This record gives sequence, C-alpha cells and structure tokens, in this order.
Amino acid sequence: MNFAPFLFLASLEGLVQAAVLCLTAVGLSLVFGVMRVVNVAHGEFFMLGAVLAWWLASLTPGHAAFGFALALVIAPALVGAVALAADRLILKRLDYRPEATIVATIGLLYVIQQTALLTFGPDARPVEAPFYFRVQFPWFGYSGHKLLVVAAAAAVLLAAWYVIAKTRIGLVMRATRFDRDTARAFGINVHRVYAAVFAVGAMFAAVGAVLVVPVRQAHYLMGLDPLLLSFIVVIIGGLGSIRGTVVAAILIGFSDGLISVFFSPTLAKMASTLLVALVLVFKPQGLFAVQSR
Amino acid sequence: MMLSVEHLNAFYGGSQALREVSLAVGAGEVLCLFGRNGAGKSTTLKAVMGLVQAGGSVRLAGRELSALAAHEVARLGIGYVPQGRRLFAELTVAENLEIGLMARRAPGRSSPDSAQIKADVLALFPPLAPRLGQPSGTLSGGEQQMLAMARALCLEPSVLLLDEPTEGLMPSMIATIREVITELRARGVAILLVEQRVEAVLPVADRVAFIENGRIREVVGVEQLRAAPQLWQRYVGVGAED
Ligand SMILES: Nc1ncnc2c1ncn2[C@@H]1O[C@H](COP(=O)(O)OP(=O)(O)OP(=O)(O)O)[C@@H](O)[C@H]1O
Ligand SMILES: [Mg+2]
Repeated sequence: MNFAPFLFLASLEGLVQAAVLCLTAVGLSLVFGVMRVVNVAHGEFFMLGAVLAWWLASLTPGHAAFGFALALVIAPALVGAVALAADRLILKRLDYRPEATIVATIGLLYVIQQTALLTFGPDARPVEAPFYFRVQFPWFGYSGHKLLVVAAAAAVLLAAWYVIAKTRIGLVMRATRFDRDTARAFGINVHRVYAAVFAVGAMFAAVGAVLVVPVRQAHYLMGLDPLLLSFIVVIIGGLGSIRGTVVAAILIGFSDGLISVFFSPTLAKMASTLLVALVLVFKPQGLFAVQSR
Repeated sequence: MMLSVEHLNAFYGGSQALREVSLAVGAGEVLCLFGRNGAGKSTTLKAVMGLVQAGGSVRLAGRELSALAAHEVARLGIGYVPQGRRLFAELTVAENLEIGLMARRAPGRSSPDSAQIKADVLALFPPLAPRLGQPSGTLSGGEQQMLAMARALCLEPSVLLLDEPTEGLMPSMIATIREVITELRARGVAILLVEQRVEAVLPVADRVAFIENGRIREVVGVEQLRAAPQLWQRYVGVGAED
C-alpha cells in the first residue's frame, strides 16, 4: 500500500481544520487580549453563524453559490450585531469585571443556544456547498470548497494582521490591550474599543462557521467543540497573543486532522487535551507569552 | 485660572483619599504639589483626569469637566504624565507619540499639523529622534521619562499634569526635565507638578501646595517658602530624618 496519498489527504484535512480553528480562536484571543473577558459564549457565536447561514441560504433562490455568498456577508454581520448588543446590555454594565463576565457569558451561552433551538429546531441542517468543483490530485480529487475555506481563512487572518499591526485602529487596540487606564488618559474611548472588539471577535467565529457549514451541517449544539478547541489553542498559544493563537491553531488543527485520519477523532481530541495539560504544567504562560501592565 | 479644582473628595472603597482638595493653576504657572508617600498627590491628578471618581468640581478655562470621562478630558487638552511613566512598552516610540497626536485631533479643537507638532516635541527631547522605531520598553529610564512627557505634549495641552517626573533619574536628566518645564511655562502651559524631590524642582516652581492625608494644608509662593523652611519639615519630612 502506498502511504503518501493518505498522508497528503490527512494533511489537507488538517489544513481545513486549522483554518477554521484559526478564525474561531483568534476571535476568542482578541476578546481576551484586549478586554480581559473570557467569553464562554464564543462557541455560540460560531453556532449562530452556521445556523444563520443555513437560514439565509434556504431563503435564497437560484444557484447555491448565491445563498452562500449572501450568508458569508450577512450572517457574520448579524452575529456581530448580537455581540454588540451583548456588550452594551451585559458586559459594559458589569464594567467588564473578569469574574462577573465569565458568569454572564455562561448565561449568554444558554440564551443563544436555546433561542436557536426554539427558532430553528433540533435538526441538523445541511447547507449546500457553493460549487462542486473538485481539485484533481494525482491520487484523488479533493473538494474545491475545502480549499476555498483555507484560502478565505488565510485572507481574513492576513487582513486582521494588517489592521492590527499597521493602522490607527490597530494602534488604538494595542494601546488599550496594554494599559487601559493610560489609554483612557490619552483620549481613547475604551468602551467603544471594547464594543468593537467584542463584535469583531464574534464575527471571526461566525465567518469560520459559515465557511465550514457546507461540510459540517448546522446544529444548535455545534458550538461546544469550537469553544473547547479555541480555549485549548488560546491557552497553548499564550493568553492574548494573536501570533501564538495562530501557531497553536495550526498545530492543533493539523495534528487533529492527521490523527483523525490515521487513528480516530477521539484520540485526536485526547492528544490536544494532553498537550494543553503539558503546556499548563511546563509553560503556564503559553508558548508566546505577552506582556501588559 | 486655566485649571481650577474645588472641593474634590475621592474614595478608594471606604477610605477617603482626597478631602476637599482645592487648587488653581494659571496659564504659564507652575504649581508644585508636595507631600509624603500616600498623601494623595497621584489621586489628585487622577481625579483631574477623570481616572478616579471624585466629587467636587474641576474646570478647564472655566469649563466644567467633572462629568466627563477620562478620554474626553484628555481630548480637551489636558496632558498627563503618570507616575512610573506608564508608556505603552510594546509600542514603538513613534507609536506612543501617535497616541498623543490622535488625542490632539479630537473634534472641538483646531485642526492640528501633526508633523509640525511631532517635530516641535522632538526638538525638546533630541535623544528620542533616532529611536522612533524602537519599542519604548527598551529605552533607558531617562529616555522613557522624556517619551512620557513627549507623548503628553503631542496633544498640545493647555494644562500639563506631571506626576514625579524626576523619580529615579540621574541629576543630568533632572536638569533636562527642568529645562523643558521652564520652556513650557514660558509658552503659557499651566503645569501641576507633583514631586517628592524638593531641590529638583523648586527652581522652576511659582507656588507650592502641601498635601497631607488627602487635605491641602498650605499653599505658598516660592519666596514665602524660602523664608519658612520649617514647612518642609512638617509636610515632606526633609531635614532632621533625611
Ligand atoms: N487603587 C487604589 N486602591 C486603594 N487605595 C489606593 C489606591 N491608590 C491609592 N490608594 C491609597 O490612597 C492614598 C493616596 O494615594 P496616592 O497614590 O494618591 O498617594 P501619593 O501621594 O501619590 O503617594 P506616592 O508618593 O507614594 O506616589 C494612599 O493611602 C494609597 O494607599
Ligand atoms: Mg503618587
């Protein structure tokens, strides 16, 4: 038996996993890094993105690509709006106190999840892929959509890096992350930064969800896995470090894909969890620690 | 008066840090606030900035600020140099200055020429010019203090709040800071200067206020003070035990 095709297939699967995980985890990391809020409801923003994508696609007549394109724009925007409302109505009123916001976002998790259940029902909902183009490799054909997922995720992450590193908006975010009080003393409206970051963080998860929903189906309980994996990735990468998050997401996503193909998905999850335990024991600040005041 | 503060009361939990603090600083005047550790000096500046909640009144050229958030106070033109500098250590020198410049671009003030402001500020602190691309956390202590002042000056403040700017600095650096303060005073900036090192800043002060247990005990002109050295002993504790 030839081993190479399997390895190649497993790598592709790993790459798709890693791409979606990158988007979701970077959203979580951004929110934690800038706001010091541990958003337990982050996975529900992912779920909401997927469910809304199904809903929007089912409303759109014509070719599946139209519905998908529409979902890719509208679903994250709607999720961002929900997050914005949550920020204004809940987090801001709690003055972003770390302990209080953990409890509040646990509540938010159930509110979003049960609302999705009541509105869209308990069934898994398929979303048609925008196209059925297959990329032909020497040994097998591979879903063109999955490759699109990887490319789109990379593009979004690149754009995020550019904004954070090179623009004034990014400068304001970095200053706020580093020292919120001094940022305020220099004219930065910290609450507005927080609102924007919380919305954008949620939108990252939603974009990831819309991208994968054609290969995963939408379901009201689907938020748990991305939440756990994102936490794993954010802890391994170093709390609040975007670079660390991306590296860890690629590591975890990739190894998850490989182990899933060669052994079993359960073993893959066990391996990731073990890795977190090891990181927590030997390098509690994560692989890429960040400083702040 | 450019800055006037009246009847400030501030609390940390149940303990009162400021009691009926009243001060006024005119344009082109340096008011030094002296007091022992924990007397309430930093809290006074934070209350002016809106960084701590305080009852009472703070006015900038007659405009009431006490209901405003800290970022709004800064945008009106109050520059703040915090104790311990509190630079954005991960950000470069240029980015730290840019934060100040952004505050200057606030609506309600004349539109600024950022490049000109930056050049002017760097002219006051020449050692910063070759270091613009460097993370500010890697600067020496003296350079960090210069940057903290430069960042505040980028918003072209009409009032400057300086919290122990000479803390931990070498004498030559203290002289530089003093020269800059003198220059700013000549330009008409109202300066509220918190210090523990009397000898370092007395030459640039116009008036001196003593704070003790959150209460202003005495406000005197520098001339009066020279004639009454026992005030130091009473409020700052220089002399006998130092
Ligand atoms: N964040 C805080 N929480 C609780 N108490 C505080 C806080 N900040 C200051 N205090 C207390 O308030 C009082 C005044 O503190 P403040 O920092 O204004 O003193 P200071 O005169 O600046 O002293 P120093 O010379 O040490 O800087 C002190 O008793 C201090 O312990
Ligand atoms: Mg102090």
